[in-house]
Amino acid sequence: MDKDLNWREFIITRAIKASGYSAIVFVALIFIFLLREGLPTLGEVDLSTLFSVRWYPIEDYFGILPLITGSLIVTLGAALVAIPFGIGTAVYISEIAPRAVREVLKPLVELLGGLPSVVLGFLGILVLSPWLRTTFDLPTGLTAFTGSLLLAAIAVPTIVSVAEDALDTVPRSYREAAWAIGATHWQTIWRVTLPAARSGVMTGIMLGIGRAIGETMAVMMVTGNAPVMAIRPGSLFEPARTMTATIAAEMGEVASGSVHYHTLFFIGIVLFLISLAVNVAASSVIFRSKKRSERILS
Amino acid sequence: MNRHLSQRLGFSLLTLIAIITVVPIISVIVYIFLQGSPAISREFLLAVPRSGMREGGIFPAIIGTFYLTIGTAIFSVPLGIAAAIYLSEYAPDNAWTRIIRLAIINLAGIPSVVYGLFGLGLFVLFLKFGTSILAASLTLSIMTLPVIISTSEEALRAVPQSFRTVSVSLGATRWQTIRRIVLPQGLPGILTGVILGLERAAGETAPILFTGAAFFLPRLPGSIFDATMALPYHLFVISTQVPEMPIQIQYGTALVLLIFVLGMNLIATVIRSRARARRQW
Repeated sequence: MDKDLNWREFIITRAIKASGYSAIVFVALIFIFLLREGLPTLGEVDLSTLFSVRWYPIEDYFGILPLITGSLIVTLGAALVAIPFGIGTAVYISEIAPRAVREVLKPLVELLGGLPSVVLGFLGILVLSPWLRTTFDLPTGLTAFTGSLLLAAIAVPTIVSVAEDALDTVPRSYREAAWAIGATHWQTIWRVTLPAARSGVMTGIMLGIGRAIGETMAVMMVTGNAPVMAIRPGSLFEPARTMTATIAAEMGEVASGSVHYHTLFFIGIVLFLISLAVNVAASSVIFRSKKRSERILS
Repeated sequence: MNRHLSQRLGFSLLTLIAIITVVPIISVIVYIFLQGSPAISREFLLAVPRSGMREGGIFPAIIGTFYLTIGTAIFSVPLGIAAAIYLSEYAPDNAWTRIIRLAIINLAGIPSVVYGLFGLGLFVLFLKFGTSILAASLTLSIMTLPVIISTSEEALRAVPQSFRTVSVSLGATRWQTIRRIVLPQGLPGILTGVILGLERAAGETAPILFTGAAFFLPRLPGSIFDATMALPYHLFVISTQVPEMPIQIQYGTALVLLIFVLGMNLIATVIRSRARARRQW
């Protein structure tokens, strides 16, 4: 019986260890399959065409610059809205709100993070974009800015929850020391608590913006999907088209193995690398700050 | 400026920001409930769509989302919990473990549409599953995995170390300790994480666009190799692709999807708060 137990224990331990390593396998698999389907583009489309300003696949124009600028301007707009509101809400929840309000606000913001993006896009079409069109007197309500507002709603929960965690872990003694030398609550928040939580707040911002760049459905439904170069400030109030929306809208209609198909996978590689860069940067901030706190404690 | 005055102004500003953030969340939910509830009827929930989806019900989409959620759970729950057990109970503090953690963070950050591309490349074309419930469930599983792993690991780590020490000192092996002591104690936290992960999978559209979602399929899928309708994709289709779609059916579909997702969220919240109330450590 003892021997039987040893065998079971051995097999189970191996299986658990293999599962532990599965995350690495999946990241590698995803990258390999994106490369496999996307790299042929480089042989089929001239680099000068690929990095040109015209995306019109039916006539073999595969310029991805309009899509990249489209993603950038929509994300930039989202960041301008989401950063102040995300940090403001996090500070309010962590530092100012009475306990009862806090217990209600936190789950509510988490709930926003769980709303399917297609529901936000749906309301974006029916409610937000007509309202924007009449309020700002625009020719169409389906603009990059409409997408930015929805993306902000998607980024805010991430920013709030990570930043709030970071503010929460600032030791109470920091605040007490500030109060003891006569600082007001408000001065303590700005001069002591927020700077002490800086790296966590930065991580939250990066992860929130990372989510915004990768978001697909809501953006595709409300930005009007015009592949134009979005490089002027005014472009924010005109239709635009993001990389994610292009993949989602066109992949269903291309023949697998065609140039268009390979190019859509190539855009997928670009998105993968962007999210990789954002997440490695965000987690290196976490690791660095952890080391600093360990130094201080030792 | 008087510093107490600036404090009062600053606090008012932050309160205002919090209000502007929260009010839209509540209004979105209330608005969809108000607009969508007139559409809900026995026929709407239990009939197939007719007249190019402009009449009838959304039964195949409801069942499809149910199947996809179950399919996602079958693959991601055992794998995710096992990975969490490894990270919490076995993993040494070395470079490989740091790489695993980095991989999990990256999996969590990969855009959902890129998961769709990956699922198309690997499951639909390379493994020849076709656009099917199987391919879509596998794609959603990998997307859900990082959520399940990180929340489950947190739940397992919260179990006090002394529980393990006592169990091992009584002669239990490491696996017996995990199975009899650590897992049961961490179960509520694991369940919460699993449900929150599946909630995300149920509401996603982009990963299933090219791996298993059917535009219009007025019957139930017969096997895991069939494509299926799904609530989020159906909402996308009827709100952007079908001209002259009755507005009430659109809001009704959005409401059913919202109830599906919020219902799961509510279950997770209840499990979490009940476990917290009962916890003895």
